[in-house]
Amino acid sequence: MKTAPFADPKAMAGILTELQNEAKTLDRRVTLMEVCGTHTHSVARAGLRRMMPEMVRLISGPGCPVCVTPVDYLDRALALAALPNITVCTFGDLMRVPSSTLSLEQARAEGATVEVVYSPLDALAMARDDSEKKVIFLAVGFETTVPTIAGALDEAEREAIPNFMLLPGNKTMPQVMRVLVDDPDLDVDGFLLPGHVSVITGWKLFEFLEAFKVAGVVAGFMPTDVAQGVLALVRLAKEGRTEIGNVYGRVVTADGNQHARDLVDRYFEPSDEIWRGFGMVPGSGLGLRSEWAHRDASKIEVEVPPPAEPVGCRCGDVLRGVIDPPECPLFDSGCDPDTPVGACMVSSEGTCSAWYRHERWASEAGS
Amino acid sequence: MQRLVPPRAVGVGGRIVKVPQRVLLAHGGGGRLTRRLVEELFVPALHNPHLATLTDAAVLPELPPGRPAMTTDAFVVDPPIFAGGDLGCLSICGTVNDVAMSGAKPLWLTWALILEEGAEGELIETCVKGAARAAEEAGISVVAGDTKVVPRGKGDGIFAVTAGLGVVPPGRDLGDAHIESGDAILVSGPIGDHGATILAHRHDLDAPGLKSDCAPLNHLTEAVLESGAAVRVMHDPTRGGVVTVCHEVAERGATQIVLDESAIPVRREVAGVCDLLGMDPLALACEGRVLIWVASADAERVLGVMHSHPRGENAAIIGHTQEAVPGTPPVVMKTQVGGVRPLDLLSGLDLPRIC
Repeated sequence: MKTAPFADPKAMAGILTELQNEAKTLDRRVTLMEVCGTHTHSVARAGLRRMMPEMVRLISGPGCPVCVTPVDYLDRALALAALPNITVCTFGDLMRVPSSTLSLEQARAEGATVEVVYSPLDALAMARDDSEKKVIFLAVGFETTVPTIAGALDEAEREAIPNFMLLPGNKTMPQVMRVLVDDPDLDVDGFLLPGHVSVITGWKLFEFLEAFKVAGVVAGFMPTDVAQGVLALVRLAKEGRTEIGNVYGRVVTADGNQHARDLVDRYFEPSDEIWRGFGMVPGSGLGLRSEWAHRDASKIEVEVPPPAEPVGCRCGDVLRGVIDPPECPLFDSGCDPDTPVGACMVSSEGTCSAWYRHERWASEAGS
Repeated sequence: MQRLVPPRAVGVGGRIVKVPQRVLLAHGGGGRLTRRLVEELFVPALHNPHLATLTDAAVLPELPPGRPAMTTDAFVVDPPIFAGGDLGCLSICGTVNDVAMSGAKPLWLTWALILEEGAEGELIETCVKGAARAAEEAGISVVAGDTKVVPRGKGDGIFAVTAGLGVVPPGRDLGDAHIESGDAILVSGPIGDHGATILAHRHDLDAPGLKSDCAPLNHLTEAVLESGAAVRVMHDPTRGGVVTVCHEVAERGATQIVLDESAIPVRREVAGVCDLLGMDPLALACEGRVLIWVASADAERVLGVMHSHPRGENAAIIGHTQEAVPGTPPVVMKTQVGGVRPLDLLSGLDLPRIC
């Protein structure tokens, strides 16, 4: 494969050498957390974790929107899919997440009308094509994804397509990050800030971290981007500076995309939302404003079983960054990508899944 | 409803065949319509003296010296016509290649079709032409066939089931068990073309220039084997792609496989489709590529042979084998940026009906 500029081994070697040099004069181990599933994925794919210096520890936080979706959201989605004349549309990686009973994939095999889509606009097209069917899109994802969902709603409103609804489940980052820095079990020196969330929000959104004495650097997703981000964070840690940096300047600005945020604002408002592993995080969700109640599938009466988390699953602790996946008793002994017990193992962005595929050997071999 | 018209005459490789407008149940009934379909379409298209006898079994000449090698395969690809190929060409190439992988020279194939009532004549025509072209390029004969028709809704246009027979010349013995530590791994061209083509089609992605790599490989593999290089084993990475073959070989050959990411040829269009859809080219099917394990001293020679063959122009050395160490991953990849990561088998890759 032709080497892309951002995956250039020479450039990478250069950044890593600088990182090694900086790390040599660190007086303590620095813990950096990424909070973006795509970062989890790119770190694993490039084999970056093992290229980090000894004194730099890279951990994963609640960056996978699928993994932080609580069990009762899935239960509700399944209950809706069982109703007549309803089609539930979802992003692919929600399909295999276990609920209190079945996954959406298993339910589909048993006859439930569940469709995988790559975009909410595909779901809208289904609603447009068949007015007899009520199409419910499972709105999961962070700030990056919400504008397209708002866009689909906007189109539905403008074209007067009544049979398109959402089951709101989107979440925003800052509130859960506050919980993380407040957590006594966790000692994070800096955050690798999510690159594409920041495209929408702007990096200034993360300035609140300064009050908590935690640094943050926005980084992109190519291997050299991630390494640059880590280097910048290590430098900030050494100098005792807790400001927000941006090494993804080619797409991220201070103020982000106001137009996208205005569109989201028209349809959504902050809500209290449950995050798997964290419980209720106030103001961290995005619910539909009351004037769009006709688009809100959470208003549909369905019977939902009491939520049942799988026994022994420590997804919550993994998501909070308190343990690494191998410390969960079920990791690779009952829970694996073929037979996932918890959400962290299902999504390709999930910490456990990334670890299983790319790093479990290192920990087993003790290297 | 339109009136049914008589079969159309079309040319296939210099011969005239008759293509019905639409498949009817009667075409599978065994009576006159079946006979006409066979005699006017399949026999002339796939022309060879054995098929033309139309007896219950093709009685063939004595096998050349060596050990017979046989394979069977079923083809249900959806869509049956795609950029770069069709179910017909795929079914011939897939079968020929399976036989060729064992080091055998493919000789004779069987071709049984299950058609759906109502299938369009154009579909059958395209598939038959594809099969004829592939058979011609491979230099094999389809010596026996069968046609069944299932009622509308009980099939999906066209399915094919094949068997292939070849002979491994004396003195030739390929197998995973022959692999040694330090062997080189070569691929005959860019990976993932077929899988990406089908995916792009299913997701309505416009990718000009992207097409299936569907092709018979027996002449290429024969050239490689005839060169005298110490080839250990060959495999074609179909369903499951390169990563699946590597895992199978690592297990059966009791070896560790190390791939070099920057050496693996991937077309831009394939990388683009994979990026968009979250797939890995290493896990996508190829239908016209061979992976070859060879003694490292002979790697450059094999590369040279492949480069001078039209089906191996973009061949590359993509990795090597080394001693398997218990507790370490069977397949790893040196990443472009100098890292190393294990290559795990993708669990339940959701790609049904890719071939």
